[in-house]
Amino acid sequence: MSWLNKQPTWLIVLISALALLGGWHLLVVWGEYDRFILPGPVDVGQQMKIVVADGRLLRHSLVTISEVIPGLLIGCAIAVPFGYLLAKSPLAERLISPYLIASQAIPVIAIAPLLTIWVQSTYWARVLVAILVVFFPILINIVAGLRSVPAELYDLMRSLQATRWQIFYKLEFPAALPVILAGLKVGATLSVIGALVGEFVQPKSQGLGYLLVTSRYQFKTDLVFVVLIALAVIALTMYGLVALLEKRLLRWQYLSNRTNVTRGKNGPQKMARGGS
Amino acid sequence: MSEDNNSATAVLLSAEQVSLAFADGPHVLQDVSLTIRAGDFVALVGPSGVGKSTLLRLLAGLLTPSSGQILLQGQPLRLHAAPIGIVFQRGGLMPWRTVWQNVQLPLELMGNGRHVSARVQEMINLVGLQGFEHVYPAQLSGGMAQRVAIARALVHQPSLLLLDEPFGALDALTRERMAQELLRIWHLMPVTVFMVTHSIAEAVLLADDVLVMGGSPARITHHIRVALPRPRKLEMEGTAEFHHCATAVRRAIEASG
Repeated sequence: MSWLNKQPTWLIVLISALALLGGWHLLVVWGEYDRFILPGPVDVGQQMKIVVADGRLLRHSLVTISEVIPGLLIGCAIAVPFGYLLAKSPLAERLISPYLIASQAIPVIAIAPLLTIWVQSTYWARVLVAILVVFFPILINIVAGLRSVPAELYDLMRSLQATRWQIFYKLEFPAALPVILAGLKVGATLSVIGALVGEFVQPKSQGLGYLLVTSRYQFKTDLVFVVLIALAVIALTMYGLVALLEKRLLRWQYLSNRTNVTRGKNGPQKMARGGS
Repeated sequence: MSEDNNSATAVLLSAEQVSLAFADGPHVLQDVSLTIRAGDFVALVGPSGVGKSTLLRLLAGLLTPSSGQILLQGQPLRLHAAPIGIVFQRGGLMPWRTVWQNVQLPLELMGNGRHVSARVQEMINLVGLQGFEHVYPAQLSGGMAQRVAIARALVHQPSLLLLDEPFGALDALTRERMAQELLRIWHLMPVTVFMVTHSIAEAVLLADDVLVMGGSPARITHHIRVALPRPRKLEMEGTAEFHHCATAVRRAIEASG
């Protein structure tokens, strides 16, 4: 196990992926499952080749992605002012938060059919579902982030006669950013779920959700697996993009985590050398 | 001669019969009056929790008195009266800004685009942090972080510097060194200072006037003048005058508590 510990992350992931695929293959071979109940990795691979070659996978994926990204961005854009209002105004919180919490008790999948009745456009109905799924976790994080701003920094800004807008973009926004980005990470994966739910209730001709529903009806279980893999890849990519954004925006956190400069120069290292 | 000059200098800040009560609660401060002349170094001592920081926040305009008034350069103190520099106990640096960016903040907020970088560099040099301009606060020791806070508090040339237990979170040795640093900086850059501290030695070593606060609701109970010569040095802690003043302050705190 100590040998494994020293390996780079990509190799660890490769090893675990191969183990997973091998286990899956053996399960199918020894269990003698029918292809439409549990297809093996080879079946799924072949099916993947077909839908990649005829462009179907890409076409449906692009439709889903075109719903996921606006869903996330719009959801976030609505959550920021709402979060600011909730964090700043106790009255607004008392007025709105009971409804916000109650709305979270209702599964989106139960509201989604209503939305497809109200919103004529197939596309926007799906985006709306994605927005609904993304909105709440991001909102919660924005409120938490804004509440975590140290009181001393507010005093500092006020003593320097900062305007409300300066307080927001020079203090509150950067102070809340780490927590907001954590919410955005959760939102990034949820946006894929939201778009898919939207496609389930509005399965008109396009999108990975549509592909999933139709291939299930046709007992093309291997195609269902292909769609699941595509969804996982999209969700991981979205998450990765936000993580990348986080790394860029929060460079100070990564730098701050490195050694203390006051000790770094001639502290522990020199002592270690002296000891040897 | 300098005494004559001092008495001729204008009153920078005065509080007249200032009282403060928080929403229907009992009075925190009652009838506090004090005068700070331009160039003075005033220290405020008293038992913890007595309301020293509250008074400082009143003088900064962060709180409004329930009655009485505070005048800065003869004008009623409002938040937007004149630039004030504040150093808090725990620095209050922005962790996402480098040392340079933290020091630059007051100039940014004032929309002061000219000569900014020269001024920022001057302040960083003044507090002895050259070479650390692009370091983040989390990478600094507590003493260094407080130096950054001092540089930031002085960068916009405030008429009044408010220090709220600036070295309260530091260990004893660093604290002593920082008091010396403050003396050195103040000598190079004379500014009117109002400092809240709970260290009698610090107050006597640094200040011209030591105010003692006590009672409930709190008032200024004693005013002790420190006659130690300037420039002050840490060695003066051994002198008879220092002991005399420190004893007087200690007695005053006991009497007012």
